[in-house]
Amino acid sequence: MSKVMVVTSGKGGVGKTTSSAALGAALAQAGQNVVVVDFDVGLRNLDLVMGAERRVVFDLVNVVQGDAKLPQALIRDKRLETLSLLPASQTRDKDALTEEGIGRVIEELRERFDWIICDSPAGIEKGATLAMRFADVAVVVTNPEVSSVRDSDRIIGMLDSKTLRAEGGERLQKHLLLTRYDPARAARGEMMKVEDVLEILAIPLLGIVAESPDVLTASNLGSPVTLHNPASPPARAYTEAARRLMGEEVAVVTPSPQRGLLSRLFGRRAAA
Amino acid sequence: MSILGFFSRGRSAPVARDRLQILLAHERALSGRTDLAAVLQKEILAVIARHIPIDQDKVMVKLDRGEQVSTLEIDIEMPDAALAPAAMAAARPPEAPAARPPRPRPQPRRQRP
Repeated sequence: MSKVMVVTSGKGGVGKTTSSAALGAALAQAGQNVVVVDFDVGLRNLDLVMGAERRVVFDLVNVVQGDAKLPQALIRDKRLETLSLLPASQTRDKDALTEEGIGRVIEELRERFDWIICDSPAGIEKGATLAMRFADVAVVVTNPEVSSVRDSDRIIGMLDSKTLRAEGGERLQKHLLLTRYDPARAARGEMMKVEDVLEILAIPLLGIVAESPDVLTASNLGSPVTLHNPASPPARAYTEAARRLMGEEVAVVTPSPQRGLLSRLFGRRAAA
Repeated sequence: MSILGFFSRGRSAPVARDRLQILLAHERALSGRTDLAAVLQKEILAVIARHIPIDQDKVMVKLDRGEQVSTLEIDIEMPDAALAPAAMAAARPPEAPAARPPRPRPQPRRQRP
């Protein structure tokens, strides 16, 4: 019943961690039991974005190596009791993770949670390949920008060849999450449109998150944007994406320039 | 480029889309296989090196991946000494351009894969 979902992108800084936290919180708000696992060993940040940085005792590497039991390392969110975090280690390097060890941890997580969200590190090295290895569902986070789209294409190729599901001839659901979209610039032809990116990458669209100051505000405060300001445009986009992940039919509305501008003015006032 | 920039001020998105489409078509075709252009370059240079001493630093290789046709340009600078009759004789009976202008710059060769 449980689903393992990797949030990946290839390129860094496109919004993997923000999206992992926001989607995790949105799924948890909908009553699902969710754990978000940080695979970025050595450069962990999910704890910070989720506001749990002072509560980390044990981490993923401790559990993989048997130094701690899984329940000891899981951090339950203070705002949402159905949301948990499994942080990455800040001091070890990625070689501390083994496929066999991660497989064991994922199996154990499957018994406790409905959704296991794996926040992948950037790149295509071990951390990223292990984060996607056991996935049933993949969310490819992409910015409408050439280097991000190219890297996403590479990652989609890896999802189709390097995951357990792909090797077993099973289907792995892939979704595109377009983030940092600026409708005004897209309308002026300064930024690739949603259709352009969709045509190039050719995977189904999970959602469009427009560029918004609410995202930075939420991460400053250590709260997933869906929890911090549920009415904000990015929170609504993530919440709708989460509903689509749960199988609901929700039409994707491309943000329009006017709304983008208005919400930007609004967001700025709120942040000031 | 400047003409393009003048007529389509700000409209860089279509350029981005077209560049990506061409690039990714090539990258997808190549995934898991060796780069044909790299193989061609190596083998062509090996053939030439059998006849003429080549300074690897004086070899310019240009690849242009197009939508329909890609071009591989290999520009090799040959020292006069290498083309001197003695050197040529040492190599092999050539249909050689013995008398050539002082600094021969070979025309770029175009290969269509």
